[in-house]
Amino acid sequence: MNLFDIIGPVMVGPSSSHTAGAVRIGYVAGRLMGEPIQKAGGGLHGSFWATGRGHGTDRALVAGLLGMHTDDIRIPDSFRYAREAGMELEFYHVELADAHPNSVELTLNGTRGKELVMTAASLGGGRIQVCSLNGLATNFSAEYPTLIVENMDQPGIVTAVSAAVACENINIAAMQLYRDKRGSLAVMILECDGEIPREAVEKLSAIQGVCGVTYLSMKE
Amino acid sequence: MSFRSMEEIVEVSNSSGKPFWEVLLMDDMEERLVSRQESMEKMQMMYRQMQEADAAYDGAARSASGLVGQDGARMQDYVEAGHAMSGSFVGRVIERALKMGESNACMRRIVAAPTAGSCGVIPSVFLTYQQQYQAPEERMVEALFVAAGIGMVIARRAFIAGATGGCQAEVGSASAMAAGGLAYLHGGGNKEICAAVAMALKNLLGLVCDPVAGLVEVPCVKRNVIGAVGAIAAADMAVAGITSRVPADQVIEAMRAVGVAMPCALKETGEGGLAATPAGVEARQALEK
Ligand code: SF4
Repeated sequence: MNLFDIIGPVMVGPSSSHTAGAVRIGYVAGRLMGEPIQKAGGGLHGSFWATGRGHGTDRALVAGLLGMHTDDIRIPDSFRYAREAGMELEFYHVELADAHPNSVELTLNGTRGKELVMTAASLGGGRIQVCSLNGLATNFSAEYPTLIVENMDQPGIVTAVSAAVACENINIAAMQLYRDKRGSLAVMILECDGEIPREAVEKLSAIQGVCGVTYLSMKE
Repeated sequence: MSFRSMEEIVEVSNSSGKPFWEVLLMDDMEERLVSRQESMEKMQMMYRQMQEADAAYDGAARSASGLVGQDGARMQDYVEAGHAMSGSFVGRVIERALKMGESNACMRRIVAAPTAGSCGVIPSVFLTYQQQYQAPEERMVEALFVAAGIGMVIARRAFIAGATGGCQAEVGSASAMAAGGLAYLHGGGNKEICAAVAMALKNLLGLVCDPVAGLVEVPCVKRNVIGAVGAIAAADMAVAGITSRVPADQVIEAMRAVGVAMPCALKETGEGGLAATPAGVEARQALEK
């Protein structure tokens, strides 16, 4: 926490947890999709469902999906922008097991066929936690430059990916590995201390056994 | 930030001969690894965003729930007609606090200070002070450092969220931050800043967080007013030489203890206090339809 967590952030109201946090969740999901979204379903859990409409949680999530940041004055009109972008929207109530009261399950379909189910929680003060990706439990905050690597669960991939990052002289702050069962699809999440150059990210996709790479930069 | 108490900030200020605000500026430079200019510019940006948010108020807008809106404009008319008992200075502060609280509820852009719910307190007194006393922007920015440092100490020693400490932690903290900043602006030194913080926070000790229908609207918008007006009174008392029997750090500790003891129903759950009144329940049920 620093002085500008106290005076700041500059944000669209009314609530850092129900609005700003929701924008960030949508934003991360939109980036993970990496292609225009055709259909977005928002399952709202707990307080997100109970007070979400009044707090603009639904509009905030959609704004984030469209790439808006928490201080974007277009957030209240995000449904209109989504319509113009041809995005179909639906919000409904869900009961997620053992979830934080401010949680959402986003079910997204891209125009090029990508599907993503992401659950995330808004922890307060605009901070978030991504709790699962396509059913695999995760735990990252998207506050650092973050690499999300989907890969086959086979030997050597972790080493290859971390070596490629080390090559760029970037320190890995935290690394997590998730998989369903041995030999299936796995997800590797690397939170880094510095930004990873675009070419390095592209090189990662070429590693044998890597099926998808998403990079969340803190600069955009 | 490295400071855990007001006393520590004052000690560094006294031993280095640097004013209160500059001690915090130096700390920010160290913490975020930025230059003096970068730190100053970022705080200046926050001040300008507050000005912008104040100017962007829409007097016709109402919140999605319909519970709040248009009162800032109502107050403005009243003050401009010369009717305000509290005079034009306090009248303007009330008007601006309402406006910012309503803008927040109407999904407009604000500066959380320290939270979105309490975003009207600091800008309402700071902008009005600058207007009334023709203070240079640089001084306003310095006062924001003072306010931010106070908020930081409160956040580290106690809390600044209604969900953890009740409204005393949100509007109470904002009021203490504003009071310290105002005391500095009005010529106070370290002693006066600390006294203003202590008095402002004491006055809101025990305030519960009880938003109707769980929305940051009722009573939040109007609580910004009491946070702001209380800050002016506390700063005036402090600069007049009135001291607080209980020092600021101990008041902050007391706020923490009270917040911990406060039942959950009174910490942003929308289950107790005003939210549980017949009118509050009715408003919630109307929204659920
Ligand atoms: S009542 Fe609760 S939500 Fe409203 S301003 Fe106070 S702390 Fe924030």
